[in-house]
Amino acid sequence: MSAGPVKGVAALKRMLWEENPVIGQILGICSALAVTNLVKNTLVMCLGLIFTLMMSCFTVSLLRNVIPRQVRMIIQVLVIAAYVIVIKIILDAYLPEISNELGPYVGLIITNCIVMGRTEGYAMNNKPGDAILDGIGAGIGYSLVLLPIAMIREPLGLGTFFGMQLLPPDWTKWNMMVIAPSGFFALATYIWIVRAFKAGEGKR
Amino acid sequence: MDIQSIHPLVIFFAAITTNNILLTNFLGMCSFLAVSKDLKSSLGLGVAVIFVSTFTAPLNWLVYHKLLVPYGLEYLQYIAFIIVIAAFVQIIEMIIERVSTLLYLTLGIFLPLITVNCAIFGCVLFLVIRQYTFMQSIAYGLGAGTGWALAIAALAGIRTRMEKKSKVIAELEGPGIALVITGIMAMAFIGFSGIVKIN
Repeated sequence: MSAGPVKGVAALKRMLWEENPVIGQILGICSALAVTNLVKNTLVMCLGLIFTLMMSCFTVSLLRNVIPRQVRMIIQVLVIAAYVIVIKIILDAYLPEISNELGPYVGLIITNCIVMGRTEGYAMNNKPGDAILDGIGAGIGYSLVLLPIAMIREPLGLGTFFGMQLLPPDWTKWNMMVIAPSGFFALATYIWIVRAFKAGEGKR
Repeated sequence: MDIQSIHPLVIFFAAITTNNILLTNFLGMCSFLAVSKDLKSSLGLGVAVIFVSTFTAPLNWLVYHKLLVPYGLEYLQYIAFIIVIAAFVQIIEMIIERVSTLLYLTLGIFLPLITVNCAIFGCVLFLVIRQYTFMQSIAYGLGAGTGWALAIAALAGIRTRMEKKSKVIAELEGPGIALVITGIMAMAFIGFSGIVKIN
């Protein structure tokens, strides 16, 4: 980050809007597109990511003085993978259906660029307390993009919201909304709206 | 239908078209959006992905079915796969550096990017979840890599043309318009459905 070290709550806040990992830095797009056709799955995914980010930022930050610089990437990946395994086991035990539907995407949190980006870009150089806040911020920033997209895609595509019937039963299901292409369009539109908003903000 | 009875060739074609790892599973989007600005580096990355996915898929199949399953260590699969991929990429990088400087210069810079490319990791996770056989996993690795390379090359081609000729709304420039193009490509790929089916 060019603005110098950001500490405490400010580290959390900037992730929500100014440096939002999905909109601003275009990271973590894979899961942002793949899980957003059902609100329930999206929520689970977001919680999983927030947990992973928080814990791995904290752990990496604790270990930051011990990790040799040459092997730091692989150690970060291993730390992340360990927490993702925890999530996978919890999901398998308590929410096996969702775990099945999410399929590989839970495991893919490991290669989600947001997590690597935060551990490498922030946690490696900052105190554990700040690193946790930064991680939570990035996770919430991610959720702020995914949840609205899911809330649009699920009702339009299936007529339901969180698995419950939302629109009248004679609603013609807009199948395109739950399959791949609409994910791309929805995210593009979201980026468009946010950037237009930011541009307007800059002019004032 | 029993998934193990599907011919590997069918899996290969399905992985390129109907089950394209990028356009239907959204994997490898980060490097896809970042690198697709010019055709040459897109092709370089595409070839590197084909190469790595073709080898890591069967390699991880062996690790999973011959090492983790017999000892009941399936829960360690993520860590095992990541280590296999990272080690493979590292070794390949060293070999290429020794053997051919030219190849190293064209392919080498893309290899580190691949360790964290979710297309490779996702491909491995899919072959475990779908319970492919060894031959099927080779075909799937090759097909998934090829499909990914095809998609990134196509997008790079479209983007270079578009930048010369057309004017894009300022807020949509860059990743926004790339996502729209990819969406249209994904719609076009839906046209393949019905040719081969592997789910």
